[in-house]
Amino acid sequence: MSRSDVLVDADWVQENLDDPNVAVVEVDEDTSAYDKNHIRNAIRIDWTKDLQDPVRRDFIDQEGFEKLLSAKGIANDTLVVLYGGNNNWFASYAYWYFKLYGHENVKLLDGGRKKWELDSRDLVAEVPQRPATEYKAKPQNTAIRAFREDVVNAIGNQNLVDVRSPDEFSGKLLAPAHLPQEQSQRPGHVPSARNIPWSKNANDDGTFKSDEELKALYADEQVDLAKDTIAYCRIGERSALTWFVLHELLGVENVKNYDGSWTEYGSLVGVPIELGANK
Amino acid sequence: MCGAKAGGPDASTIKPGETTIQGSVTRDGEPVTGYVRLLDSTGEFTAEVPTSATGQFRFYAAEGTWTLRALVPGGSADRTVVAQQGGLAEVAIAV
Repeated sequence: MSRSDVLVDADWVQENLDDPNVAVVEVDEDTSAYDKNHIRNAIRIDWTKDLQDPVRRDFIDQEGFEKLLSAKGIANDTLVVLYGGNNNWFASYAYWYFKLYGHENVKLLDGGRKKWELDSRDLVAEVPQRPATEYKAKPQNTAIRAFREDVVNAIGNQNLVDVRSPDEFSGKLLAPAHLPQEQSQRPGHVPSARNIPWSKNANDDGTFKSDEELKALYADEQVDLAKDTIAYCRIGERSALTWFVLHELLGVENVKNYDGSWTEYGSLVGVPIELGANK
Repeated sequence: MCGAKAGGPDASTIKPGETTIQGSVTRDGEPVTGYVRLLDSTGEFTAEVPTSATGQFRFYAAEGTWTLRALVPGGSADRTVVAQQGGLAEVAIAV
């Protein structure tokens, strides 16, 4: 797999905005950002409403994903190009989610909304309409999704990559510094996890670093990519970006994203927790 | 709720005793929209917010020395700030 199989740049998006077989989709951490403006012809998926079960803490099921994509006008053979704010955190999450339900024809806009804005490219308020489809999803591919038992069993056995900021990892903060302090019952990290913040994967403008830089990053942190790997953060969106880097850009097999992440693990009764900085 | 609102968390969500860093970004004296990154004392990325329409931003942080990096179309600028526990640090960034 090469970068061009999973990433497109802003010029490519600009040239393909009117192709009906391409669906540009904004998935933004700030779900209201789309209302203000967005890339022309882009539709929105709201990660808080569209991608979560309305009652349980879980994803929408296979049928729900079919309904969502059908209503959004995405067909099984549509090339979906995802982008979003905050360095593509939630666009990466949506990418992983599309893969979870077997949509293979999906790519990320490198740099996301930030790079597009910093390039001073056009954004519009007009909301496009795509004709409805009859989308068929596959059952979840749990080879890329980790659950809490997987994480507990991975302690000391597999790579655990905690992609939160150093202060969240050490237990100083419970949440990123731009968000209200809330969520898990206890601070800290999963024992044996390496702290490799998601941000080390990206340049200031939100584009991904080169394959060589990324390989060096994980090698320098003594992550043996021949072993199975679980990435986690607070709610699984930043770790989806790291999953994208390892699984999609570097082609590492057996990488899972733990979407329960610290808000689940840090609230579990009886599991081991470690405090302190990366060793 | 996890959305990073432009300008950072809403002022109504500030809790008493929270260590807060906030300010605004300007170019030639006028507010400019873009992004502000919060880097820790070792230069490591900690957080990022888009600025509000009037160039404002806000972070919750821990006490210590931080660097704010403003990114706007065609430019960037860094400012160092020392945050006190439970205090409010105001920073004006001219790009």
